[in-house]
Amino acid sequence: MTKIIVLLKDIVDLNEIKIDPSTRQPRTKGLKRRISDVDKRALEAAIRLKEKNDGEIVALSMGSDKTRTAMLEALAMGADSLYIVNDSGLAGVDALVTSKVLKAAVEKIGGYDLILCGEMTLDSLSAQVGPRLAELLGLPQVTYVKQIDLEDGKLRAVRDLEDVDEVVEVELPAVVSVVREINEARIPSLMNIMRAKKKPTEEWDASALGLSAEELRTESSIEVVKVKAPLVERKRIVIDAETVEEAAAKLADAIISEGVVEA
Amino acid sequence: MTGRTVVVYSEDRELGLQMLSKGREISDKLGAELSALVIGDGITDPEEYITHGADKVLIVDNPKLGSFAVETYRGVVLDALKDVDLDVLLIGATKRGKELAARVAAALDTGCMTECFEIDVDEEGRLLGERLTYGGTVISSQVSTRKPHMATIPPRTFKKADPSPREGEISVLEVDIQGQRMKVVESREKARGDAGLAEAPIVVSAGRGFKDKADLKLLEELAETLGAKVGCSRPIAADLGWMEEWIGISGYKISPKLYIACGISGTIQHAAGIREAQIIVSVNNEAGANIHEISDYSIVGDIYTVIPALTKALKERMK
Repeated sequence: MTKIIVLLKDIVDLNEIKIDPSTRQPRTKGLKRRISDVDKRALEAAIRLKEKNDGEIVALSMGSDKTRTAMLEALAMGADSLYIVNDSGLAGVDALVTSKVLKAAVEKIGGYDLILCGEMTLDSLSAQVGPRLAELLGLPQVTYVKQIDLEDGKLRAVRDLEDVDEVVEVELPAVVSVVREINEARIPSLMNIMRAKKKPTEEWDASALGLSAEELRTESSIEVVKVKAPLVERKRIVIDAETVEEAAAKLADAIISEGVVEA
Repeated sequence: MTGRTVVVYSEDRELGLQMLSKGREISDKLGAELSALVIGDGITDPEEYITHGADKVLIVDNPKLGSFAVETYRGVVLDALKDVDLDVLLIGATKRGKELAARVAAALDTGCMTECFEIDVDEEGRLLGERLTYGGTVISSQVSTRKPHMATIPPRTFKKADPSPREGEISVLEVDIQGQRMKVVESREKARGDAGLAEAPIVVSAGRGFKDKADLKLLEELAETLGAKVGCSRPIAADLGWMEEWIGISGYKISPKLYIACGISGTIQHAAGIREAQIIVSVNNEAGANIHEISDYSIVGDIYTVIPALTKALKERMK
């Protein structure tokens, strides 16, 4: 039986972010938290593998007090159990520390065949945790996966690279990161949402994993100095004309003079 | 042990040369030596790295390194740099480069700033990076506090320096080459002719200004005239289901030469998906819509009359 650990992160709902026009800073306080979209597709991939091959799906997240609520969706979609690393001492740490914590958690869960995650989480966009975890665990990594299949303990996948689609094979265990093209994540039924609350969930702090949050904090080495919306540098020319035809003609001339169409 | 060093690596030669120009700037500030690491099979013209700014070219040339394999290349990078007093390691942010960088960073037990579009060093010699976060809506200014400092740099971020005759040293390294557990069974070239939204040179796009799915025909006619792909904003796909995929923070990020937004309000989420467009054109009947603020040219008007008129005007001008 295949045991799949899926890494999930809850992030602020990116569709709700607004920019404060005076400070150009994003307003993220109080926004609803959801599972990062590509992570959810990694979970969907795990569920489809389980439907085909049988198995067990363990959802693993590193987060905060708010994570449990967001992760109910993972259980409702089809994860069998959920582990959350929740330690306020680890808030805001970088990918280096995150992957060390996840390594410890993955080892505590144990007995896995496959670790699935998204190519990147959509808040930090750092695209590092999958490969870092593979390195720390000494496992092969299969990144940017848009198709996945399991056969006799072997994983067959199609990787989506810039120039080629690469068909690859690897023996398990391995770390696999998926791209958004892999699937559409299912929307759980009401019944499954009710059932989700009864599925086993466990929270660990750093010490439960044999780690010291205080020590790990000092290792975190990428600090965010400031976050600001970019200034938009566009021409902002509003076409002024008496009639629609005249406006369209002026716009067509402008487009052609920019040399961006083959006139 | 050598002195302080900045190392640049990309499996994409052009990107490696582009990074050397920024690498030169940073090395000069740090008083460090700039090395280009080159890995492959049958490497030609290593002098080119020197004329583009490198003090040293570190070459690992081996028949086993003909094609990129992340586990193998990871070992090569680590072995090639084991005796270097590494200050900064810059890796090209192709997909292959990013997975390599993350794995190397983990092995070096250090941080890494992904896809920086600007980098610098401060007085303490720490690497500063600017990169997009929150799905691309904001710029995050970050600092790496731990040596070796690492960052990945996307293609075309920095301009290649003009080649100039310079002195430099080329050294060929013997490194231990390990195999890779993931086997490539087949490599399929991607079809160029059938560019998707992500690669299309011209994209026209629909927003909530469209009242009915059938009305998208107006946009399709414009697309046909321009040889463009048709896209949409999030509500059109996610809420109305008129199309499969959308452009924006949680959808496609595109970089066409021309983007025409029709009936799109221009939220920051949508803006994050079209930031890389060369020219943005918009048609929206609300003068206060944000899309006008992020456009090069816009018409405040009704898409139902403007789009057909624009299609006609373009047809006349494009023969």
